[in-house]
Amino acid sequence: MEYMLFIASDQNPEPGVEQPGEIQAWVEEGRQRGISIRGDRLRPIEDATTVRVRGGELLVTDGPFTESKEWIAGYDLIECTDLDQAIDYVSRHPMAKFGRIEIRPMWPLDL
Amino acid sequence: MNADFAAVSGVVAAVHRAEWGRIVSGLIRLTGDWALAEDAAQDAFATALERWPEGGIPGNPAAWLALTARNKAIDRLRSAGTERRKLGEIAALEEVGIFGEVGMPTIETDIEDDRLRLIFTCCHPALPLPARVALTLRTVAGLTVAEIASAFLVPETTMAQRLVRARRKIENAGIPYRIPPAELLEERLDGVLAVLYLVFNEGYSSRSHLAATALDLATAVVDLMPLESEARGLLALMLLQNSRRGARVSGGELLTIEEQDRSFWDAADIQRGLAMLASARDRGAYVLQASLAACHARASSAETTDWRRIVALYDELLVRTPSPVIELNRAIAIGMRDGPDAGLALIDALEPRLLGYRLVPAAQADLLRRAGRTSAAAARYREALALTTDPADHAQLERRLAELEA
Repeated sequence: MEYMLFIASDQNPEPGVEQPGEIQAWVEEGRQRGISIRGDRLRPIEDATTVRVRGGELLVTDGPFTESKEWIAGYDLIECTDLDQAIDYVSRHPMAKFGRIEIRPMWPLDL
Repeated sequence: MNADFAAVSGVVAAVHRAEWGRIVSGLIRLTGDWALAEDAAQDAFATALERWPEGGIPGNPAAWLALTARNKAIDRLRSAGTERRKLGEIAALEEVGIFGEVGMPTIETDIEDDRLRLIFTCCHPALPLPARVALTLRTVAGLTVAEIASAFLVPETTMAQRLVRARRKIENAGIPYRIPPAELLEERLDGVLAVLYLVFNEGYSSRSHLAATALDLATAVVDLMPLESEARGLLALMLLQNSRRGARVSGGELLTIEEQDRSFWDAADIQRGLAMLASARDRGAYVLQASLAACHARASSAETTDWRRIVALYDELLVRTPSPVIELNRAIAIGMRDGPDAGLALIDALEPRLLGYRLVPAAQADLLRRAGRTSAAAARYREALALTTDPADHAQLERRLAELEA
C-alpha cells in the first residue's frame, strides 16, 4: 500500500523542539525496514501561491486557499504492507509529537 | 421428514447466535469481500428457514449453514463475473478443508483465529467509533442493519451508509485483516473491549437485545483469548451489572443499588460473574470495576456492604485511570464508610473539577439527607434536578425531594 503523509502543524503540540538528527534517524529506520520513502519539507505559506480559473479567467492569489492556523509543513510518500505498519512507522516521526501527521492512502488513477 | 417450524427457527436462531461470526469471517478470508461475505451468510440463513421445515433439520446444522454460505458466495461471485481462476482458488481452499468443516478439530484453531481477526478488524482505531460499533454488531454478531439502526435511533439508510463507508475504509486504507501482533495486542484489545462495553451500556438501560449481544461477544472474546484478564474482567463486570437489570427500575424510576430489592437480582448472572472474576489473574481497570460490582453483589444490604474494600478498590482504580468521576464515587464510598461529613468534605474539594456534573449535587444531597441536614439536602436535589434531562433520573430525584419535604 502506498500512503501520502501530510506533515502538519498542530495547535496542541507536545512541549519541546525537534532535536537535530531526529528526522535523519526516522528516514534511516524506514530504509532499514524496507519502507520506501520519498518526501521533503515545504516552504512556509508566505511563499505559497494559489491558482484558480473562474469563467475562463485566471485568478492568482498569495498564500493558501483558506486561512488556517494549521498548515502542511512537509510530505512523505511511503510504501507499507498495511495501515498498521504505516501507523507504527509514522508514530516515530518527530512531527508526530510536535505537530500531527495525516496518513492518506493513494488512489491511483492509472493514467 | 418435516420439522416443526418453531423447532426450525429455534435451531436457526441458536446457530445464528453461535456461528454467524465464524461463517462470515471464514468467507471474508476466502473472498476478501466484506459485503459479499455478509450477504452470502444472510442468504444461507434465509435458505435454512425456507428449506428445513420441509426437508428436515440437517444432522450438523452449523456445517450445513457454513457450506451453504460458501456456495452462496461462489454463486454471487459467479454472477458478478469473477474470473474462473479466483473461483478455482476458493474451491481449492475448500477441498483442503480450510473452510466448511465446522467442528473439525484439526482446523478449529484456524476458524477461531478467523473470528478474532474479524473482531479486531471491526474495532480498528482508524475507524470512527460509531462505525466500529456498527460493524461489530453487523459482521461479528449478525444483527441486521434495521436492528442496529433502531438500537441507535438512526434511520436505516444512515446506518447502511455508515457500514458501507466502514467496509470501504478497511479496503481503501489498507486496514489489515488480522490478529494484532504481540506489541499491539494489549492496546487493540482495550479498543475491542471498549466497543463491547459501549454496546452493553447502550443495551443495559432499555434495549436488552444489545446487552445480550454484548454478553455473547464478550464471552466469545474470553473463549478466544482465555489468558487475557481484562476480557474476563469486562465479562464479569457485564454479568454483575446485568444481574441487577430486573431491580433497577421501578415504576419508571431508577433505583440506586441501596434502594433496589436484592431478591430481584439474578443469582445465575451473579454466580457466573463472580466465577469469571475469580478466574482473572491481573488487576486491570475492568477487573477492578468488576471487583467493585462484586462487593455489592455479595452484600445483602447497603449497610452490610464492605465499604472499606470498595474504597481500597477505588484507590487502586484511581492509580490506573485517574478521573474526577472515580474520585466522586470514592468520596461517596468514604461517606458510607466514615459517615456523611467525611464524604461531603471530599466532594466539596472535588466540585471545581466537576462543574455542571449532575451527580455532584445528587451525591451531596444524599449525604446531607443522611446527615439529617434536610433543607441543605433539598437545595442540592433541586440543583441536581436542574442539570438532569433523563426522565428516569428525574423521577428518582423528584421522589427523593418529595420524601424529604414530607
